[in-house]
Amino acid sequence: MLEVEVISGRTLNQGATVEEKLTEEYFNAVNYAELNEEDWDTLGLQEGDRVKVKTEFGEVVVFAKKGNVPKGMIFIPMGPYANMVIDPSTDGTGMPQFKGVKGTVEKTDDKVLSVKELLEAI
Amino acid sequence: MVENVICTFCGSVCDDGQFDIEQFKSKKLCKLGSSKFSKKERIKAPMIDGKEVSYEKAIEKAAEILVNAKKPLLYGWASTVNEAIRLGVILTEKVRGIYDQCASVCHAPGTLAVIEEGLPGGSLGAIKNRADVVIFWGANPMEAHPRHGMRYSISAKGLLIKDRKQRKVIVVDVRPTKTAKLADDFIQIKPGYDYPIISALRAIISGNADVVPDEVGGVSKEKLMELAETMKNAKYGAILYGLGVTQSRGRDRNIENAVKLIQLLNRTTRWVIWPMRGHYNVVGAGEVPAWEAGYQYAIDFSRGYPRFSPAEFSAVEVLKRKDCDAALIIASDPAAHFPKAAVKHLKDIPVIQIDPFPNMTTLLANVVIPSAVAGLEAEGTAYRMDGIPLRVKKVVDSEYWSDEQILEKLLEKVEEFKG
Ligand code: SF4
Repeated sequence: MLEVEVISGRTLNQGATVEEKLTEEYFNAVNYAELNEEDWDTLGLQEGDRVKVKTEFGEVVVFAKKGNVPKGMIFIPMGPYANMVIDPSTDGTGMPQFKGVKGTVEKTDDKVLSVKELLEAI
Repeated sequence: MVENVICTFCGSVCDDGQFDIEQFKSKKLCKLGSSKFSKKERIKAPMIDGKEVSYEKAIEKAAEILVNAKKPLLYGWASTVNEAIRLGVILTEKVRGIYDQCASVCHAPGTLAVIEEGLPGGSLGAIKNRADVVIFWGANPMEAHPRHGMRYSISAKGLLIKDRKQRKVIVVDVRPTKTAKLADDFIQIKPGYDYPIISALRAIISGNADVVPDEVGGVSKEKLMELAETMKNAKYGAILYGLGVTQSRGRDRNIENAVKLIQLLNRTTRWVIWPMRGHYNVVGAGEVPAWEAGYQYAIDFSRGYPRFSPAEFSAVEVLKRKDCDAALIIASDPAAHFPKAAVKHLKDIPVIQIDPFPNMTTLLANVVIPSAVAGLEAEGTAYRMDGIPLRVKKVVDSEYWSDEQILEKLLEKVEEFKG
């Protein structure tokens, strides 16, 4: 298990599939976390592995990907998976904290829920 | 081939697209724009509790829900045209509901900063023609606004700045994004440290470099001094900021501090600051209620007059507090884009959805009303991210009603029920 800072944001594929939310393409565009190579090795991850991301606000299982992020940070594309773990408090602005939420990441055998299952689980 | 098609995906609102009606395919647009202008799955027909009905029946049911609710939330609006938004604000007032729009979870902290500090801004045209320094701060246009750089801000050929070599592009971000790869300089900062870094720049530029420690938010003092120097020496600089600034620690205060930095620079040179707005008409979703009711978002009409308070009336706060008993969601998908604590209440109340495409909100909506895609099947006016209004076209015919048509009918029904 590693301590990380979770950030979310747009990607080209997320944007290109955002009007097709119930398709496989959208599912693939938003259901993963990018990790730094060193963190990847520490967790002993392989292509296709899943990780469980936990914060004070919830947890979610996503696919693991090697990405261009600094050590100790993970990036989840904006969307339903990221929203399971981001900080809903808005500090009076109306804006939840979608970026920079402290949490942990660990390897898991649990499956990645579909967007429908995810909504049902809320 | 239809020429000068206006892209209704991102806030760049490119006005130079082409659309081949026979092949149903666009040309010149980016990956995001081409996906917008392509064939994809649609909501087939209006539905009540999953059963297909006529437009009239669905609208009647929607009116009934809104009229019977004590305090409905009317949310979305960023992906539709001003004409529809105008009706939406009138409708919200009629049903004494809450009007909120997508900026609430996007660029609204910038709006709060502008209320405090004003906005030293300029049009995208001015940036293209004049900007010799462009800083993308917490913004990644190569993935969110792919043609912005080419048309306005990175490689755009302008009147005074003739090519890429005459323009210095700097990216400030927490990770090396696709945009960072195109920049002359990439400054990697620690997440949540925008505010202290901006403060350090203000200190250096105002002649107080001695108070700045050796490192701020992961950036060396040396690097900050160099950045401050570049900023001071720019003839026309632009900070274009993204959600990296508004969605992380500090939120509106980050922008306020950045505007103060720009004001300081403007004592000796010319700088502008502008948000990289996401949806093609998210500006309209704020401007239209501002000219109708005086506020941009988080507006409560429950007392019969508009009150603005993001801490109380923004959609996320309202839903978390369970302070609405019905919702109309138009041109947006909060079930996919709100934190789960807010989505929870949406599952418990009657929800009306107006949208061209099935999405996660469709899965929990009781009344679903499909609409025409603005820019492709319906026309109207949209504000580009810099506030320039553009007339979006109707390129092909469609059986679907436009948002404007749906809302007109809905308003009529609500008025009828209220007597
Ligand atoms: S940059 Fe934005 S407006 Fe331009 S084509 Fe791409 S998605 Fe459309």
